[in-house]
Amino acid sequence: MSFVARHWVLGLRGDDDIDVHGNPPRVTEESTYLNLDGIHKSFGKFEALRDIALAVRRGELMVFLGPSGCGKTTLLRIVAGLETQDGGAIVQDGRDISRLPAIKRDYGIVFQSYALFPNLTIRDNVAYGLVNRRQGRERIAARVKELLTLVGLPDSGDKYPGQMSGGQQQRIALARALAAAPGLLLLDEPLSALDAIERVRLRGEIRALQQRLGVTTIMVTHDQEEALSMADRIVVMNAGRIEQVGTPREIYGAPATPFVADFVGKINVLPAVAEGGGRFRVGTLSLDVVCRDIATGTAVKLYLRPEEIAVNANGAAPGNSLAATVAHIEFLGAFCMIGIALDAAGTPALVANVPRQTVDAAKLATGQAVTVSLPPTALRVLG
Amino acid sequence: MSATVDALIRGPSPAVTPYVHWQDRLAQGLLLICCLVLCVFLLAPLATILVKSVQDKSGAFVGLLQFREYFATPALRSSIWNTMWVATVVTVITVPLAFFYAYALTRSCMPGKMWFRVIALTPILAPSMMSAISFVQWFGTQGALKWLLGDTSVYGPLGIILSSIYSTFPHALMIVLTALLLADGRLYEAAESLRTPRWRKFLTITLPGAQFGLVSATMVVFSYTVSDFGIPKVIGGNFNVLALDVFKQVIGQHNFNKGAVVGLILLVPVVLAFLVDWYMQGRIQAQFSARAVPFAPKKAPWFDRTMLLYCALVALFLLAVLGMAIYTSFIKFWPYDKSLSLRHYTFGLIDGGVITSFFNSLRMAVAVAVFGTMFIFGVAYLLEKTRGMPILKSVVRLLAAIPMAVPGMVLGLGYILFFIEPSNPLNPLYGTLSILVLSTIVHYYTSSHLTAVTALKALDNEFEAVSSSLKVPFYKTFFRVTVPVCLPAILDIGRYLFVNAMVTISAVVFLYGPQTQLASVAILNMDDAGEIGPAAAMATLIFAASTICCLVYAVVTRFIITRTQQWRAPPAL
Repeated sequence: MSFVARHWVLGLRGDDDIDVHGNPPRVTEESTYLNLDGIHKSFGKFEALRDIALAVRRGELMVFLGPSGCGKTTLLRIVAGLETQDGGAIVQDGRDISRLPAIKRDYGIVFQSYALFPNLTIRDNVAYGLVNRRQGRERIAARVKELLTLVGLPDSGDKYPGQMSGGQQQRIALARALAAAPGLLLLDEPLSALDAIERVRLRGEIRALQQRLGVTTIMVTHDQEEALSMADRIVVMNAGRIEQVGTPREIYGAPATPFVADFVGKINVLPAVAEGGGRFRVGTLSLDVVCRDIATGTAVKLYLRPEEIAVNANGAAPGNSLAATVAHIEFLGAFCMIGIALDAAGTPALVANVPRQTVDAAKLATGQAVTVSLPPTALRVLG
Repeated sequence: MSATVDALIRGPSPAVTPYVHWQDRLAQGLLLICCLVLCVFLLAPLATILVKSVQDKSGAFVGLLQFREYFATPALRSSIWNTMWVATVVTVITVPLAFFYAYALTRSCMPGKMWFRVIALTPILAPSMMSAISFVQWFGTQGALKWLLGDTSVYGPLGIILSSIYSTFPHALMIVLTALLLADGRLYEAAESLRTPRWRKFLTITLPGAQFGLVSATMVVFSYTVSDFGIPKVIGGNFNVLALDVFKQVIGQHNFNKGAVVGLILLVPVVLAFLVDWYMQGRIQAQFSARAVPFAPKKAPWFDRTMLLYCALVALFLLAVLGMAIYTSFIKFWPYDKSLSLRHYTFGLIDGGVITSFFNSLRMAVAVAVFGTMFIFGVAYLLEKTRGMPILKSVVRLLAAIPMAVPGMVLGLGYILFFIEPSNPLNPLYGTLSILVLSTIVHYYTSSHLTAVTALKALDNEFEAVSSSLKVPFYKTFFRVTVPVCLPAILDIGRYLFVNAMVTISAVVFLYGPQTQLASVAILNMDDAGEIGPAAAMATLIFAASTICCLVYAVVTRFIITRTQQWRAPPAL
């Protein structure tokens, strides 16, 4: 992996990345490329980051996901050396970069605003960092051409940024960031300024490019769909802390905290009390849940994704089958969102996602009596 | 993750002190030097005034004795009152005059808007004394329209008020115009759909939208009138105002300490006006959303005709003042021989050797424009786009705002008090062209600084971050990206500084030496000697130089925008 990551380019790397301590590179975990340890940062009284520890693997695309103000951008800027952490260490590829200024670090960065130099042509923008490395003119020209081809805009060299669409500009910004073959690529909400169609298209392209080049990448976003579709691993952050680190499937399917469950995807929440033996009381109901043992009488919450709920007009559904009424149906194209009122007293309203074909076949309608099942394996118990 | 375990054992890690790259050090060092320059050439002179005001001539501390003496002198006390009421009258007339002119320019469909705009801005291009000379020619002892005034003399408050209205009109107009142009067209469309009559739209949308602009214009006109010294000198007669008192104390009686006292008193109303304006501007930000749609007026024959008539009258007034001064410079001997001649230029200026002062002015104005623009834009860049030194930056920001609140007379007084001291190592500067250049840059610092900051703030904040990620030094990006992109603003600052350096009188009147007399000073001296023809000729030359500068600016800016800044082109779809 390391070999691929370093040699996909013409080898235009500068030799100015010397360890300021003059120490030999520290041996870190085999697959770790970037290690953050005990990072914290405050702005005045506001604690932006508290004791962040994180290991980014070589060649992976890691996404920092969280609501605005959760500290994800601050963390990215600390990795870039654009902010200075109040405490903690950053080791990149065995080199302690905690105290290095941005200009001494090894990364390429892409911002939400593109930040292309408006008065320079696309060619000059992409070559901006190469010119400074005293490369031959022909070598630079070849490299620029290679990069423009890489991002799918081979003929745009003579244009100015103002003459291109947002998506094209962001591709150029990506080419510029990759020009000097950095060991680390940082993407700060790269798709947020684009319209919906361009956003989906570009996220596929960025992901394909990243996998092809094998460059270790950190991306910041507040868009969960973007995170789920692009990431190797997701770091969900909230209020300056890491809530959970995991693959998109882990984050979605097995949220570790109520915050993650709420923030990523839609989810039903049922306040419950443990009755022992894997049974929980919700209102006047008693539900089966497959989970670790929880002391009887503990108040918990049960979480259930809307698509896990089976809605059946005929009454035969497996596990936790309950009588219910359809409260409303919202048509959303491929599937319908069905509001469900359980007949048992003291139970919360639920939302189920049902494929359109199923809704049509069962002829579901508002006010209809149905049977719903809440699968014991799909219910998650959290604090 | 053994490192985490280590951290737990060690406890919280010590504060991180980042290595500061030499490039950051360079930027911070430059900012520190700029801060020191501003301290020496702005703060130190002002501080000297404070010190001198509590000392007597021998330098002994006398506390507030001189202030008590000042207020005990009825003639001096009366000039406070005179200054205040004259400035108030000027403000009350000029601001509405400018407001309706701007209203006509933005809300009507009258023809010739471009010309009305150009005519309205001409007073800026001439020294304030030019209007005073012109009013003397119209209404003075031998004035063309003297009969209109009956027994009233133009020498005194009337002349000061008329000339000040003329001189302050464009300043008020520009501020109000900007405020009216910011209006959101959607509000007018909403009002239209509710069938709101024009007068109601004016009262409920236009006026509230422009209120901050109106406050700002009021404060600017007031401060300008209080601070101006050229107009009362030429047309004030025996009518005493504060700015004149400073001049009389310092130049007439060589009483620097009394001058310092008057200077401080002059400072009070201007600082107050400045603070009011500053406070109001702080509240303006939230008012306008970025999505405002520009307003486009619709044709309304009667309204447009009324507005055209109004603007034509105002423009006629402005042209009459400008025209009379130029006319005076070209006729033989007012009012007896009105045949055209160049003798005021050839005989009065060239043969008299006074023309050198015009070239001094040109040299100074070029130096002010070049060095002033470099310094001001450089400081604004270091403030906005470099990292670190937050306290120093706040100090420099404050220093940059101060000149706006300091009348030129007071600044000039501070310079003379500070630099005339033989013990001051900078004393050799006194009387040189350099000190004139420095004082003028400082005098007009704030507006230029704000222009530079606005242009820099419009740039993407991440250019510097991108540069450092590409390992390009900040100064390379400054010259390759920041300066080219900000070129229109940079040229704008240069033009502003050039024109003001050509017309300024207040600060430099204390600072010129035998070899460095300026054109504006020459006007005063010639007017004093009764040589009104050559004085008008000199004013006309200044006006011509400023006009040429503005034309060159317009042409160059257009060239830049169409040729070298192709990137401003709209996206090709």
